[in-house]
Amino acid sequence: MQRIGVFVCHCGTNIAATVDVKAVAEALSHEPGVVISQEYQYMCSEAGQNLVKDAIKEYNLTGVVVCSCSPRMHENTFRKAAASAGLNPYLVEIANIREQCSWIHKDIATATEKAVILGKAAIAKVHLNTPLTAGESPVAKRALVIGGGIAGIQTALDIAEAGFEVDIVEKEATIGGKMAQIDKTFPTLDCAACILTPKMVEALQNEKITIHSYSEVSAVKGFVGNFTATIKKKRRFVDETKCTGCGLCTEACPMKKVPNAFNLGLNNRSAIYIPFAQAVPKVATIDPNYCLKLRKGDVNDKVCGKCAEACTAGAINYHQQDEYIEQKYGAIVVATGFNPINLDKYDEFAYNQCPDVVTSLELERLMNAAGPNGGTLLRPSDKTHPHKIVFVQCVGSRCDDSKGKPYCSKICCMYTAKHAMLIREKYPDTEVYVFYIDVRTPGKNFDEFYRRAVEQYNVHYIKGMVGKVTPKADGTIDVQASDLLSNEQLHIDADMVVLATAIEPDKTARPLATMLTTQMDTNDFFTEAHAKLRPVESATAGIFLSGACQGPKDIPETVAQASAAASKAIGLLVKDSITCNPCVAHSNELMCNGCSACEKVCPYGAITYQDKEFRMPDRTTAIRRVANVNPAVCQGCGACTVACPSGAMDLNGFSNSQIMAEVDAICK
Amino acid sequence: MNTFTYYPGCTLRTKAKDLDAYARASAEALGITLEEPENWQCCGGAYTTAKDEIATKLSAVRTLNAAKEAGRPLITVCSACHNVIKQTNYDISNDEEMAAKVNNYLKLDEAYTGETTVYHYLEMLRDVVGFDNLKKKVVNPFKGKKIAAYYGCLLLRPGKALAMDDPENPSIMEDFIKAIGGTPVIYAQRNECCGGYITMEDKAQASKRSAKVMDSAQEQGADMIITACPLCLYNLKKNSGSDLPVYYFTELLAEALGLKEANNE
Amino acid sequence: MNNNLKEQVLRSSGVNVLKCMRCGKCSGTCPSYDEMEYHPHQFVYMVEKGDIETLMNSKSIYKCLTCFACVERCPRNVEPAKVVEAVRLAAIRKQGNNHLIADNIPEMLDEDLPQQAIVTAFRKYTK
Repeated sequence: MQRIGVFVCHCGTNIAATVDVKAVAEALSHEPGVVISQEYQYMCSEAGQNLVKDAIKEYNLTGVVVCSCSPRMHENTFRKAAASAGLNPYLVEIANIREQCSWIHKDIATATEKAVILGKAAIAKVHLNTPLTAGESPVAKRALVIGGGIAGIQTALDIAEAGFEVDIVEKEATIGGKMAQIDKTFPTLDCAACILTPKMVEALQNEKITIHSYSEVSAVKGFVGNFTATIKKKRRFVDETKCTGCGLCTEACPMKKVPNAFNLGLNNRSAIYIPFAQAVPKVATIDPNYCLKLRKGDVNDKVCGKCAEACTAGAINYHQQDEYIEQKYGAIVVATGFNPINLDKYDEFAYNQCPDVVTSLELERLMNAAGPNGGTLLRPSDKTHPHKIVFVQCVGSRCDDSKGKPYCSKICCMYTAKHAMLIREKYPDTEVYVFYIDVRTPGKNFDEFYRRAVEQYNVHYIKGMVGKVTPKADGTIDVQASDLLSNEQLHIDADMVVLATAIEPDKTARPLATMLTTQMDTNDFFTEAHAKLRPVESATAGIFLSGACQGPKDIPETVAQASAAASKAIGLLVKDSITCNPCVAHSNELMCNGCSACEKVCPYGAITYQDKEFRMPDRTTAIRRVANVNPAVCQGCGACTVACPSGAMDLNGFSNSQIMAEVDAICK
Repeated sequence: MNTFTYYPGCTLRTKAKDLDAYARASAEALGITLEEPENWQCCGGAYTTAKDEIATKLSAVRTLNAAKEAGRPLITVCSACHNVIKQTNYDISNDEEMAAKVNNYLKLDEAYTGETTVYHYLEMLRDVVGFDNLKKKVVNPFKGKKIAAYYGCLLLRPGKALAMDDPENPSIMEDFIKAIGGTPVIYAQRNECCGGYITMEDKAQASKRSAKVMDSAQEQGADMIITACPLCLYNLKKNSGSDLPVYYFTELLAEALGLKEANNE
Repeated sequence: MNNNLKEQVLRSSGVNVLKCMRCGKCSGTCPSYDEMEYHPHQFVYMVEKGDIETLMNSKSIYKCLTCFACVERCPRNVEPAKVVEAVRLAAIRKQGNNHLIADNIPEMLDEDLPQQAIVTAFRKYTK
C-alpha cells in the first residue's frame, strides 16, 4: 500500500492569490494513497523542507507530491530534501501550479480547480514511480573554445590558468577578432592593440592552450563531460610549423589587388597574406580566390609560384589539403562574437553610393595607425582631410522587426562619443555632429565620458534622426535630418558620414547552435539557461557562453562574461566524474522487433543493436536482433519511445504507463 | 505566357499617348502580346490608404479581376496606375476585412482575393523578356548617352507592396538603360518625389521639388532623364525651370529597337 | 481633446501610433517639410495625444506629397503618411469642407496637364 504525502506551496502570494491552497490540500487529501496533505507559505524554505522531511519519517512515506512552481525551479531542492530523509529522490513529483496555473489564471475558482487536477495527475504518476539510482560518467579534462576574439582568448587563458588543456578554434587566419580592428577603447581611450596583443601572445605561449586558426568546428557529438568534436583545419597552403612569419612571400606575391579584409576592404593586400603585424599565429595564408596559381585549377602548371621561390623556410605547399582533427572535451565554450549588419536595406544613408559614407568599424580602421592611411584620418574617396563629419546613431538598431534589428546594439553610443572626441582632439578644425535618438550610457564612467565629448570637446549632439544622405557632385555630402528640439529640418554639408551600424551574431552561430543542440533567440543570440541566475551557461549541460554571441556587449562586459564562463567550465572540469541522469531509456527486449526506428531518431547515438539468443516455446531458442541503450550516453530525451512502433522502448521516470496514468487522472 | 492583360489608364489615352504607343509597338517587336480589357475604368490616380475607404478602390479591383478572368498577368506602364493597382492587390491579399467589403460591393461570380500577378512594363522587360535578350534586339544603341533614370516615389514605395526593386538603391531602370546601350547616371534624388501630385494645389512647391530632382541629375552629368510617369514628365518639364530633356522610357525603347526615327545622334 | 476623432483617425489609418520611438526620421526625410506647419512626427505625436482638430485645421494636411518616404524609412514601421491621410479625410468629409472646388478647376489647367493630376486632386481633396 502506497503512503503518499502532498505538500501545497503558497509561494507567498504568487500561488495563494489566485489558488485557494487550503482547498487544494483538502481535496488532494482524499486521493487514494494520500496519508498526509499540508499547505505552507514557502515550501522551498528550510522550514518548508523540514515539513516534507519530517512527514517522510513520521508517516514512512513511499511517495511525495509537491504542488509548487515549475520543476525547473525547485525539483532538485525537494529531491535533495527527500534523499536526506531517506526517500529515493526519484519518488518525488512536482505539480506545477504556479507557471502553469496561478500566473496564467485570474479567476480563483478556475485556478483552484485546475490546481487540484494537476495535483491529482502528479499523485497518479507517483503511484507508479520506482526508485532510480544515478550512475556516473567520467569528465574529459579539456575545454574547447569556439571563437578567438577577446572573449575566447580570455576564457581560454582563465581555463588554462586553472591547469586544464584548452583548444581555441578560430575561423580567421589570426586570433584577435573585432578588438584587433579597433583603434582606441572607451572610456579610458587606451589603445586596443596595446592591451589585446599581449593577451594574444600569452595565449600562443601558454603550453596548455592550442590555437587552431583558420579552422572550424565541423561536428560535435556526445554530452556534458564527454563531447567529441571534429575540427576542420582549412588548408592555408602554408605549413604552419615551418612558416616564420617573415613576410618575404607577401612582398614577392605579384597579385596585390586583393581587398584587405582586415581593413574592411579600405585598401588592398597580396594574395598571400598575414592579416596584420601582430597576428597570432604569425603565419602566412594564401587566398585561393586570388592566388594566380591556385585560381588556375591545376597547381602543377608553371604559373607564378613567386611565394614559394621567396620562402626560405620551404613552408609554401600548394598541394595542402584540409585536415580533420578529432578530440574529446569535457566542456565547450561558445565565443563566436558579432559583425556589423549589411547596410543594403538602408541606402537612404547612401552607404552603397558614396565611399565617404562609412560604418563605425571602418572609421576605426581609417583612424588606426596600422590602418590604410597610417592613422591619418582621410576621406576614402579623395584622401583629403574631412572638415565636417556627421555621425548617425541607431542605424538598423531599435527597429520594427520588418525594418531591422529590434534590439539596442548597446555599444554604439559610447564608441560614437569616443570617435567624436578623438577626432576633435586630433583635428580641432573638424566640426563633428552626432544625430541621436537617446544617448545610452549606463556603465562605470560612461556618462561622464559622453559629457566630456559635449562639454570639453564641443561635439554637436543633435536630437533627431538623419532622413536622407545625398552625395553631391562637388564631393560633399548633403545630410538632411530633423532637429527635434528646434523643430527644424537641417541640411549639413558634410565631408564624411559615419553610420553607427547595428551588430548581429556571426553567421556561423546558427549552424553551430544546431550542432550543439543549444537554444537561440529569434535574433540568433545564444540563450542563457537563466536570464538572471545562470547568465553564462546554455540550457544544454556543458555548453557555456562567452561574449557577444549571447547579446551585444562592450569589451569590459565581454571580458567579465568570458571569465565567468571560464569559471563555470573549470567547475565542471575539476570533477573526475559527473552524476548521470537516471531517467534514461531502456528497451523491453521481449517486445523489441529490431526495426531500428529508435536508432535512427536518437540524437546522441546511444542506441545500438545486438543479436541475442531467446528462449522460445517448446524448448527451442531463436536469435533475435534487439535494441540496446547505452545509459551513459542516453540523455533521456524520449525521442526513441515515441518512434518505437512496438512499445518496447520506455523511459525511466517518464514511462508510458506513468504518462497514461497522468492523462487518465486529468480526464477523470 | 507571353500574352498579358494590358491596362493603359486614362492619361495614356490622352496626354501621354507617346508612352502608350511606344509601349505597344515595342512589346510587339519583343514578341509580347498586350490585350486591353473592355470597358476598363480609371484607377483613380492615387491609392487611398485609409481602411474605411472602399468605393475608391473598386475600379482597380475590377481591372485586377478582369485579368484574373482572362487567366493572364496584368501589365501596366504608367507609374501611378501601377502604384494604385499594386497597392490594391497587396491590401486585398493581406487585409481580409477589406477583401470582404470589396467583394460585398462587387458581387463577382467568384470573390477576388489578390490572385492576379501585376507587372510593371519594366518588370516585364526584366523578368519575361530579359535585359540580355532586349540588348540583342537593339539596333540603335544609345552609345555614349548619359541617361538618368527617374523612379520618383510611385514605382518603388511602399516597398513591401510594390516589391519591384530595392526602394533605396534600385537598379531596374539603370539595367534597362544599359540594355539599350546608354550609360546610367546615379543621382541621389532619383527616388525622391518630384511633387507632381501637388502641381494643382501648390505650383511653387511643385517647382521647388522638381527643380531639385533636375538639378541633382544635371549635377551628375546627365544628358537626359527618363520616367514612366506622365505626371512626373509634366512636372519635371513644365515646373522645374530646367532644360534637361525628359522622355518616357518607352520612347527610348522604341527608338533603340528601330521603331522610331532615331534622334539620338 | 476629442476621443471620437482620435478613434476615427486610428481606425481609418490602421496605424499604431504607440510604436513611434520619437526619432524624427520621418521629418528628417520629408521632402515637404518646409511647407508644413506640423511635420510628420508631430502628426503621429498629436494623434497619440488626441489633438486632431489642430491638425485638421492646418494647411499641412494638403502639403503632404503622399510620396511614402516616411513610410518606407520609418525604423518602427509607423507609417506617418497614412496618419496624415486619415486626418485629411476627417477634414474633407465634413460637409462643405471640400478643399478642391470643381468650378475653380478650369483656371488651373494648361494644355499639357495630364488627367492624372486632376483625378488625383479630386481623390485627395474632395468627398
